[in-house]
This record gives sequence, C-alpha cells and structure tokens, in this order.
Amino acid sequence: MYKRAKYLPAGDKGLVVEFGNTIARDINYKVRSFALAIDRAGISGIIEYIPSYRSLLILYEPLIWNVDQLVDKLQELENDLDLMDFPNPKVYYLPVAYGGDLGPDLNFLSECTGLSKEDVVRIHTGVEYLIYMLGFTPGFPYLGGMDDQIAAPRLDTPRSKIPAGSVGIAGSQTGIYPVESPGGWRLIGRTPVKLFNPLEKKPVLLNAGDYVRFYEITGEDYCKIAEEVDKGEFRVKTGRWTIGEG
Amino acid sequence: MPFMKIIKPGLLTTIQDRGRFNYQKWGVPVAGAMDEYALRVGNMSVGNQENEGCLEITLLGPVIEFLQTGLVALTGADLGAELNERPIGAWESFLVTKGDILQFTGVQSGCRCYLAVAGGIKITPVMGSTSTYLRGRIGGINGRALSERDALELKSQVKSNVLTPGLIPAEYRYKPSSLQVVRVVLGPQDNAFTQEGINTFLQSEYLVTHESDRMGCRLQGPEIEHKSKPDIISDGIPMGSIQVPGNGSPIVMMADRQTIGGYAKIATVITPDLWKLAQANAGDYIKFTRVTLAQAHKIYKEYENMLRKLPQKLMDIQEKPGGFGEHKKLLLVKVAGRKYRVEIEEI
Repeated sequence: MYKRAKYLPAGDKGLVVEFGNTIARDINYKVRSFALAIDRAGISGIIEYIPSYRSLLILYEPLIWNVDQLVDKLQELENDLDLMDFPNPKVYYLPVAYGGDLGPDLNFLSECTGLSKEDVVRIHTGVEYLIYMLGFTPGFPYLGGMDDQIAAPRLDTPRSKIPAGSVGIAGSQTGIYPVESPGGWRLIGRTPVKLFNPLEKKPVLLNAGDYVRFYEITGEDYCKIAEEVDKGEFRVKTGRWTIGEG
Repeated sequence: MPFMKIIKPGLLTTIQDRGRFNYQKWGVPVAGAMDEYALRVGNMSVGNQENEGCLEITLLGPVIEFLQTGLVALTGADLGAELNERPIGAWESFLVTKGDILQFTGVQSGCRCYLAVAGGIKITPVMGSTSTYLRGRIGGINGRALSERDALELKSQVKSNVLTPGLIPAEYRYKPSSLQVVRVVLGPQDNAFTQEGINTFLQSEYLVTHESDRMGCRLQGPEIEHKSKPDIISDGIPMGSIQVPGNGSPIVMMADRQTIGGYAKIATVITPDLWKLAQANAGDYIKFTRVTLAQAHKIYKEYENMLRKLPQKLMDIQEKPGGFGEHKKLLLVKVAGRKYRVEIEEI
C-alpha cells in the first residue's frame, strides 16, 4: 500500500485514485472505504465512480470541478478515512448444485487436482470469499480467497455461451456468471439465485467488500429454488462477517 | 398511434440516449450514443432535451415509414438519407407526414447517424436510461436492435410552435474525413510504456480495423512498446480510454466498453474529439496528438459553451429575415448522382 494515494488523470472527466499496486485485502478495503466516504460527503459534480482491486476511477464534471481543487477535496477525505466508522461486511450464502449438467467441468477439476469431486466441493464451500469488485459483465463478482488446491487452468477455447448462475474456476480465482455470456472458466456448478436483475431498483445482488459463501444443494433443490426465485419468493440468507473468518 | 414504423431495420439500428450512469460500480456498462455530440445537436434541433433517446443508425440505414406529422432531424454521418426519394442533408431537421418514407442510399461519409424525433420516442427506461446495451440485453426495445415491423410511438405530442425545419448552423456541422487527428491526455498508465513506445503512439497513423464496434475502436499500426508487460491490476475504464494489449495495437474503448479491464491504458481521448472515433470506418486512419489536462479542460469548456448556445441560435434563425423561416427555404437536390444545396427565397 502507498503511504499516500496517487491521483492520476484519466482524460478530461476521469481521475484515478490509486492506493497500491497489489491485490490485497487492506488496499481493497481502502478503496471501498474511500467510495463510502465519497457517498457520505455527497460531492456534487462527481458523476459516479468505479471501484476496483486497488483503485477508484472517479468520473467528474469539469464544468464544476477544477482538477486541482478536486484533488484537494479528495485528499481531505483521504486524511479522515481512518477516523470513519464503517459497518461490518455482509456474507451472502449462495446455494450451488455441483457437478453433472450444471457443473460440467467438476470431473476435470477432480482429475486436474487429484482430489475427489467431494473434496473439491468441500474446499470450494469451505471459505468465505471476499468480493473485491464487480465488473466484466453486470454484477460479476471478482472473488478472492480461493484455496490453491482447487486451482485449474482456463479452457483453451472459451465456450460461446455460459448460462447465467454458472460458478467457475480460472487459475486461483472463482466467480459466478450473472448473465449468459461467453467465457473460458471451468464450470463446476450453478446457482439458481439471480445475481443481476435489471428491473430492480438495485439491479445487482452483491456488493464489493462483502463476502460470498457457497453451500451445496442437490439438482432437485436447484429446480425448487429456481421456481421460488422466479416467483420472487426466495430470499438469500445473509449474515454479518466478523474478523477472523474467511 | 405509432409515429413511425420500421419497414427494414438496416445493419444495426438501436435506441440510444447519453447513456446509463451510476451503475458502473456494479459492472453495468454505460452504453449510450457512440457520437454523443451528434445526439445532443440532433435533439436540440428538434426542441428536445439533450438526453432524449434517438435512433443510432449504423452504415446501412433502415427504411422507415412515418405514420404521423412531426419534426425530425438527422445528424452525424451522411448515410445518403432520402425522404420520398428526395435527398436530405446530413445535418438537417425536416418535417415528415403520414406516408412519408425515409431511406438511406449508402455511406457518403462517417459511420453513424442519429434520427432525433421532436417529442421523443416512447421507451421505458431501464436503470434510468433508454440506451440499448446489446450484450446485456437491456434498454431500447427489449434490449435488442430494431427489427422489421417495430412501431415507435411519440413520448409526448409536440405543440404547434415548433422550430422551423432547416439546416443546422454551419459551425455545428462536422464532416468526417478519412484521416482524423484525435487529441488525448496521457495516462493513467503511460508509465507502463517506454519513451519510444509513447513516441510511436504519438507519431504514427493508425488504421481503423473491421473488428471495431460499439465496444471499442480497434486500431492497427506500428507496435507500441511496453516497459515490461501489458497487464495491470484490472481497474476502471472511462470512455475514450486507449488500452494497449500485448500485440502493441491500441484499442479505444467506446460506449459499450466493459467497466473494468486489465490492459495498460496509455492515454484517454478528450470528450470533444470522441465523435471522430464514433464516425471512423474500417480503412480510415487516426493520428493521436497530445494535449495537457489544462488544455483539455479549456477545450471542453469551449465545446460545452458552444453546445449550450445552440438552442438560442436555432431560435434566432426563425426570427431573422435571412434565416430559414417562412420566406426562405433550403433544398437539397440530386442531379446525376451529385448533391446540390439550393436556397429559395420568397420575393
């Protein structure tokens, strides 16, 4: 982590606030805290921001902000960051049916790692994953904290269509496809939960900075929950994350 | 009753406004008009709010039948528009009436034109915007491009005291050319490139390739050298950001860009020059030139000031005797394949 954040221009409307140059929990925490501090300060002329692993891209209106004044204002927020009180993150418990048609690459994972399918699932469901950021497609969570024992290379040729809800592994990352899209991740299961619903006021289920924990369900459970999701009757179980877990 | 009906959809015709903001933090791309300038000028020239949804028409235009009287405008590229087989200028507002047919005979210059409709097109916004994001299947008409038999209604009926149709003032019209000089601000990751790499980037002409689309303008030319590797820790991508992957060829990220990306970004195109990329066709060339951030902001302010003056200018034209009001009309005619602009004045 840098001692002071770097402020880098990204064109005439963008300003990158960079807190470090690695993927690390404390740096990402700073990014998220800074985003929250901007929300709380309610600065007019900031159009929106995009938080990522180690930086925040701030989009501003140059008719309102001179860039030097904007940097001054943001540095004030940066100085007070440690004094702010942030709520504990949430944990989202997501049901996943592993293997079979819903997770066609679970066999490959087992062969590739030398672990049994049960062990792969046990390890994958064993920890709470930090959501570093959302991007790539609407609501796609970049999850950190996967055990390297179940790491696996990407497909040589990406699939052209991956169904929404697919849970995959690529290298030592794991993630969930919120909308149908092409992709090269190894698919080990699928969740019936909708991560992206454009018609909702908050169209994505997850937030950067919160955590995801998977739990195993059967194929039958998958169908049952999928029906409940369609009727709007399924509620994702959540809890508060406390330090020491995950 | 619908205002217009799509007889043929053309290559790619979508509904776009200025884009979907405030959802990028959740990974939802902005989408919106590729050429925001043309969209805004089009809307203003029919008396709309600047952010009204318009048709973005790409290369091969649609065939549209109008079912009601109304004022519409075409801005941006010249795709050879004709109303009932009479040519229409690239930057012109005009009246249409029941039974009129608008069609496009082919690209004269540029890539995308915008059809703005006085009163706006009735579309249910998704996440605050009518813009179509095709990959995510949201916005516009069920998240898709227009297709045959789509019927579009007016959002609101326009009162009778509308602007008089005519050409948009000359200083607001651009004409795309096959070599565009595009101004950029270096960064945010210019330090990932060697000095030679930056020199290459600023001194070469880059060819626009066929792989360009609403997501990005993919260019080909002398390789831009990285210091070590092209990958960075993925971070946010603004409109006009120029990524350089391992092959050394720049990609200018446009309206449908993903929110986050992992290639080093050498520079960012300034907002007033984004239209040049939106209007670039495969085979055209782009040359980048550097401005400081302070210069970029000065240019931006002049650009916004100019746009803000347009509604008043359009009103002035109505009132001035020399303007295209009741006594003076402007016609475009085609004789033996060439276009002529003809002014006629009542005496």
